[in-house]
Amino acid sequence: MTISEMTKLTELTLVQKEFEDGVISGGYTSDLLSDVIANAEANNILITIQAHINTVAVSKLVGIRAIVIANHREVPIDMVEAAQKEKIALFSSTLSQFSLSVLIGKHIHKQ
Amino acid sequence: MTDKGIPIKMEESTSLILDLIYQLKIKDVMTRNLVIASPEDSLDHIKTLMKQRNVTGIPIVKKDRLLGILSIDDIFKALDSGYMQELAEKHMSKKLVMLEEDMPLAFAISYFDKFKYGRFPVVDKNNLLVGMITSRDINVGLLMAINKEVARMEELLAQTTPVDAHHIRKMFRIRKYDFEHAGNASNRIKKLLVERKLDPKDIRRVAVAMYELEINIAVHSDGGTLTVIIDQDHAEITAKDSAPGIEHPELALQEGYSTANEWIKSLGFGAGMGLANIRRVSDSFDFQSALGKGTTVRAVIHFKRKEEKSHDH
Repeated sequence: MTISEMTKLTELTLVQKEFEDGVISGGYTSDLLSDVIANAEANNILITIQAHINTVAVSKLVGIRAIVIANHREVPIDMVEAAQKEKIALFSSTLSQFSLSVLIGKHIHKQ
Repeated sequence: MTDKGIPIKMEESTSLILDLIYQLKIKDVMTRNLVIASPEDSLDHIKTLMKQRNVTGIPIVKKDRLLGILSIDDIFKALDSGYMQELAEKHMSKKLVMLEEDMPLAFAISYFDKFKYGRFPVVDKNNLLVGMITSRDINVGLLMAINKEVARMEELLAQTTPVDAHHIRKMFRIRKYDFEHAGNASNRIKKLLVERKLDPKDIRRVAVAMYELEINIAVHSDGGTLTVIIDQDHAEITAKDSAPGIEHPELALQEGYSTANEWIKSLGFGAGMGLANIRRVSDSFDFQSALGKGTTVRAVIHFKRKEEKSHDH
């Protein structure tokens, strides 16, 4: 599944639109940035409640292409700007990390 | 009044600074756009002039000849004693210490140290007033000259260094609680390693170690430095801070042990995984810390050799 296909999911709201499109190879769900940097993989989508600028820094280091902020957490403007600069897609959702993982996982594995 | 001296000690200065203060002439740094007054002007008029032009001393000039200087101190005295309508020539100071425009800047610096004046008039060979010099003029002129000189030296250095193009040494300063910039150093080094076409796994290991060290300094120390040395076959990362140090260094290495506060934890840091993560990705790792002495962490990562890489595929 590509990021642009993901924008069509009604459960997700795209909050940062300037991204580099590509296929999402898998996902990683975590709120601990040390865990993300140690275990997430390049081209993953990150599902997290950590709505702040450093999540973007970690994503860039790992090669994560899209971030979903779960549980309707507010996304600060500096995070949006940082993601825009790195061309990382940024979504927000009212769903929990678990529900988002199930939902996105289903779409990724359909292919 | 603050000391108007300029703290350049000739015997302790570097040869670059000494060269500059002897090469630069007073006319290179002085102010030429002068605010002057005539001896027949009233103190009241001069006070207004000082306020309008934002100066604290005005040369009193007649037909290009400098007769005296009226300073803001003279105005204060006149205000106190109520003779603001009197003329400048009566109250200006006539004992003048002057500098000549072709003198080296070093002369002006020693004058500011010797005489505690805020400014000196500058005259030409014919003793005509051509400018004024303050310690600010010296600061600005010297800074600009130093800047130019450092730029020239950097250029020279850039031309001479590539003895080993694979050797890079970079130092980053990390500030306490600066999460906005945390990750910048790691991302810059990552970019460099990507350009060098290293194995992605090695790049990831360096990125993990650097990021965790950046965060550690930002979260736990009062600020510190991250030094990265990259050679053809390895990267060496050293994190150093001077305070406060770790009370139980032996516990700090245990996964899950953390002294971070709730606020830090709510940001997704301080899970007690940092040092363990660094140790896991490093080929060699040492860690020294003592309360009151700060912490030093050194991680070395060896890159896979090209031959090994080809076996992988």
